[in-house]
Amino acid sequence: MFDLHGYGASVLEGAWLTLAVALASLLLAVVLGLAGAAAKLAPLRGLRALATVYTTLMRGMPDLVLMLLIFFGGQMLVNRITDALGWDYIDIDPFVAGVMTIGLIFGAYMTETFRGAILAVPKGQLEAGYAYGMNGWQVFRRILLPQMVRYALPGFGNNWLVLLKTTALVSVIGLDDMMRKASLAAGATRMPFTFYFVVALGFLAFTSVSVLLLRWAERRYSAGFVRREE
Amino acid sequence: MDFSAIWQNFDLYLGGLRLTLELVSGCLALGLTLAVPLGVLAVYGPLWVRVPIGIYSYCFRGTPLLVQMFLIYYGLGQFEAVQQSIFWPVLKEAYWCALISFTLNTGAYTVEIIRGAVATMPHGEIEAARACGMSTLLMLRRIVLPSALRRALPAYGNEVIFMLQGSSIASIITLVDLTGAARIINSRYYLPFEAFLTAGLLYMAITFVLVGGFRLLERRWFAHLRPREG
Repeated sequence: MFDLHGYGASVLEGAWLTLAVALASLLLAVVLGLAGAAAKLAPLRGLRALATVYTTLMRGMPDLVLMLLIFFGGQMLVNRITDALGWDYIDIDPFVAGVMTIGLIFGAYMTETFRGAILAVPKGQLEAGYAYGMNGWQVFRRILLPQMVRYALPGFGNNWLVLLKTTALVSVIGLDDMMRKASLAAGATRMPFTFYFVVALGFLAFTSVSVLLLRWAERRYSAGFVRREE
Repeated sequence: MDFSAIWQNFDLYLGGLRLTLELVSGCLALGLTLAVPLGVLAVYGPLWVRVPIGIYSYCFRGTPLLVQMFLIYYGLGQFEAVQQSIFWPVLKEAYWCALISFTLNTGAYTVEIIRGAVATMPHGEIEAARACGMSTLLMLRRIVLPSALRRALPAYGNEVIFMLQGSSIASIITLVDLTGAARIINSRYYLPFEAFLTAGLLYMAITFVLVGGFRLLERRWFAHLRPREG
């Protein structure tokens, strides 16, 4: 059924890579987002300024420009370093470059989402935690995190959906994702519409499943809160 | 970093800037024209109109812009009928394909923004309009649209910025927009940092202008909601 003139398996393989890039980028974005949000709320002015520069740069430039900047620029930096150290030439892996770029960009969006979510948790609760003698990690793990998830989920969901669609761009820097596999198949079979349509359906499936999962998560993390009657 | 090559070729960037602004303003104007009636119909229209609008919006929001652009630019040529039709001189041009796909994409997001704003009209205002004997069209013109478009403004401002940044993918189908100019400079001089940073900073400058413009517009349109001074 999913033969597609013999290219079905290849496109499917690309779909897995797309998903892998997206999930790896998400992981990096969440880590950067938490660090960024912590920096933005830190008492140190330098740290706050650094986080602001990061989010402004990442959110002000297009994904594609940043991706090309990091891919080509990163390769140049690596070349200079290996030259200086007298090492052999190292090729930047497009998977790593793609994940780094998308993770860096969406880390900035996550920073804003998480910052808002942290601020939405009443401060008194955190102070109460400290008053009980919990340390910073315990307050984060037991009080801040469970409540901030609820506030962060809608923004997190949006970021994830945008991130997922941004992964289509990694084909530009030569990663064999679903988009590139489809391009190759389209060139060989002269059926571009068929293959790009399959890619569109693939992305639609990914986003639809994501929306359902996010809706379930939002319900779960809102348990115990009075829902507003609409 | 050596920006002298950039200054020597700044004309290329200015030309790219012009194309970017042209594409973005063009697709936003067309997309908004498409989205306002569709957004209203998505709330007030009969079921057989609401369902297709919902499907259009869902499909274009659920797939990457890059895939949509490729489907139109590379995909349509697959069909003999399209190649024979009078539209072919338009559809084989990268410029028009980019404009069409950007329009359909921003239209889909804008439909959803307008639909949300129209659907959340306070019910009392609708009842009041009906009680005054207004027809649906008159009510739309006098009551619903002025209020809904105003409330849609913040979300639409985000969409405009997303479209500006999304337009950078036009460079993938050979168009020399701002990103395309940077790619040419990078391949000619191998100056990835300088080339892409210049483009990125120009995008950022436009973003700031847009954010400032929308802030002014919001101040004006939401003047009645501002706390009184003095």
